Amino acid sequence: MKLLKLVPDDTNIKFLKLRIPFFVLSIVLILGSWAAVFTNGLNFGVDFAGGQEVRMTFEEREAAPIASLRELVGGLGYGEPVVQEFGGPKTVSIRVALPEGAEDTPGAATAIGEKVIAAIAKEYPDVRTDGNDTVSGKVAGEFRDQAILALLAAMVAVSIYIWVRFEWQFGVGAMFALVHDVSVTVGLFALTQMEFSLQIVAAILAIIGYSLNDTVVVYDRIRENLKKFRKMPLPELLDLSVNETLSRTVMTSLTLFVALIPLLIFGPPSLFGMVAAITVGLFIGTYSSVYMAGPLLLWMGVTSNSFVPTESAVDKQEKLARGEV
Amino acid sequence: MLEFPLWKKLWLWGLTLAASLLALPSLFNVAGLDWPSSLPDPQVNLGLDLAGGSHLLLEAKADDIRVQRLENMEETVRQLMRNAKPRIRIGDVSTGEGRMSFMLDSPADIDRARGLLEPVMQGANLTREWDLTVVDGQRIVLTPTASGIEAALDSAMDSATEVVRRRIDELGTREPTIIRQGATRIVVQVPGLEDPDALKSLLGKTAQLEFKLVDLNALPENVQAGIAPAGSQVFPYAPGTPMEGRFEAVRRLGGIRGDNLTDAKAGVDPNNNQNVVNITFDAQGGAKFAKLTRENVGKPFAIILDGQVLSAPNINEPILGGSAQISGSFTAESANELAIALNSGALPVPLQVIEERTVGPDLGADSIRKGLLAMTIGSLAVIVLMVATYGRFGIYATVALVFNVLMLLGLMALGGFTLTLPGIAGFVITIGAAVDANVLINERIREERKRGRKVVAAVEMGYKEAGRAIYDANATNFISGVALFAFGSGPVKGFAVVLVIGLFTSVFTGVTLTRMFVAGWLRKTRPNDITI
Repeated sequence: MKLLKLVPDDTNIKFLKLRIPFFVLSIVLILGSWAAVFTNGLNFGVDFAGGQEVRMTFEEREAAPIASLRELVGGLGYGEPVVQEFGGPKTVSIRVALPEGAEDTPGAATAIGEKVIAAIAKEYPDVRTDGNDTVSGKVAGEFRDQAILALLAAMVAVSIYIWVRFEWQFGVGAMFALVHDVSVTVGLFALTQMEFSLQIVAAILAIIGYSLNDTVVVYDRIRENLKKFRKMPLPELLDLSVNETLSRTVMTSLTLFVALIPLLIFGPPSLFGMVAAITVGLFIGTYSSVYMAGPLLLWMGVTSNSFVPTESAVDKQEKLARGEV
Repeated sequence: MLEFPLWKKLWLWGLTLAASLLALPSLFNVAGLDWPSSLPDPQVNLGLDLAGGSHLLLEAKADDIRVQRLENMEETVRQLMRNAKPRIRIGDVSTGEGRMSFMLDSPADIDRARGLLEPVMQGANLTREWDLTVVDGQRIVLTPTASGIEAALDSAMDSATEVVRRRIDELGTREPTIIRQGATRIVVQVPGLEDPDALKSLLGKTAQLEFKLVDLNALPENVQAGIAPAGSQVFPYAPGTPMEGRFEAVRRLGGIRGDNLTDAKAGVDPNNNQNVVNITFDAQGGAKFAKLTRENVGKPFAIILDGQVLSAPNINEPILGGSAQISGSFTAESANELAIALNSGALPVPLQVIEERTVGPDLGADSIRKGLLAMTIGSLAVIVLMVATYGRFGIYATVALVFNVLMLLGLMALGGFTLTLPGIAGFVITIGAAVDANVLINERIREERKRGRKVVAAVEMGYKEAGRAIYDANATNFISGVALFAFGSGPVKGFAVVLVIGLFTSVFTGVTLTRMFVAGWLRKTRPNDITI
């Protein structure tokens, strides 16, 4: 039986030759993402914006009548509603801001949601109500603070872990890769104006863990080769390491993609944003593992000499732990 | 590498099968089959986003507790000084700015006053709940200590949680979850509740019932402007009562609270066909009520619920039997609701809904169906890819993947964890990422074979050398999983749980189990070459 080989043996792509253009591209992507965040803003869902959000599905129609819903809900006198597609053409989310004082009156906020639902159900009897959420401004503010804290803490903790397991240059490289992957994912949400909710933050936290998997494989090989080929020039060694692990990088990313794509297409609409974020984040993560893991180390001056002595100490500990000494 | 002693094989298979079997009841449930009731049935709980239902986050108004404690202290001080023998005369009592202070008419009483107050400054477990200071030799200032406030808030929240539980039980909802969260919050989750309105309006009722004497000396025009004479308070009439929009002045002290009730029932007054709530006091409350009514025959007293006057009837005769009737322009429903609220006890502190989420019941079933479909297609795609790329080694990885999913589901059922909508995404990520370990191992075996190593040595190197990267990659995943768990509420926590448990089952099945499979095959056939 002939087995599939996605990356031919002895692939030798000179990744480092293109390091400047690709590094510039990465910087542009990061800056562009933040520019999008600051100019477009993120389309915060009820979790972060606070207010009242109703989600409905128009199962019997081709697409939800967004324009007429906007008019209908706008006419109820709760200000301009945000009506948008939610994960699929048939599902909409409708968000209205809470009027002053509604937060202090128990039930006043949800009563607004119920009036919205009743008004729509009268016009479209076949509609299905999926959810009705109220989040007070106070809780929304707490969610924002917690989200920023969790993202920063996770990025720093993962980078410190890489630093401890490898060398400081690798930790900085990991941090850069994470900033890159997270920025581009957030930037995509600013660009597409898909709803940014707690689920999306959860997706980004997952990306922080999983997008580094490929980077770890490349770094592990760099460490191994640094010990093996003491005399090889660093650029050559980095290219060799990336090429040697390329089949792994491609294959591990591919297995995750083929698992995620059906969820994106056939999965529940309410998961669409989250799965889209994870898919994009992992795609970007694969790119950064291949194109950025190496060059950054080169610029930060990883050399076999500076690396090996400390590394052998770690190795000795590992061997001790395994009882091999 | 090839040596897998029998005890180790038994142990690994035992663990794998046991954990996988735990998944069966949940699988039966999803498939709509009946699991034999004679067998144990650990089930994965479905989160509200899959089962439908309501989630409420309630927050106590902590300031109210502080104010109430000061008012209680004022009552206590007045009583102690009045009952002292000889009586200690005091004046200029105030409870502003977070403390209570008063003047002694005679500085000579200072030591006696201190002696009387000292015992009430202590809390239950010898912690100091109040600080007592003397200013100018004649003024006593009582300031609650931080630990005193904390203890008061804590006990108020404990009993508030209990009251919330009783009220929800009265509604007859099934399997509610009621948990205290942090210093001032309570999370209420009620699965499958179609209409959360009754629940909310019940929880929104503090049900603090008070009987206070109407201040007959107050000037009506001042009262309607909301200005209270010294020693009195002004309350508005409740909406829906005939006096709605008007105010009543009542004496601040000397009333009684409705917390000593043994029973409350909704009923109809036969005289005028009005809806009423009949209440019965316990012995202590009955005695207080008897005293209040006996001493004030002919005068009106106000029945106040949660700071709103229901009615202010005249006391026609002393009420000595320990039961009373509350009228307040009720409907049958609102009378019943008040009876439930009074029966479950007053909330020691008002609660406010600061977050509420309701999920329709159809959405969850739809999500599970779509999620399962996507998961099946995704799994098949991963399996095809793995088998096409690694042949026999891909088949081993596939078998491991199936056990991985079963074990993950089984362990979640065993731990009583909740599967949420993002948790479904967690399952799919786990499926896609679990085979990563096999990719790393198999690629390394390929590499070692290419370098000319013998089959067994190549396989051995594959597992050994790939181990490092597998370990490091899973460690970073674990770190982000912990951050997820710490960050998330409900649905996101469910995502974190699946990812973190999935890391452990993935390493176990992807590395340990496949190693056993490969070792068994190599030992049996001793191949000179392998296709990988």
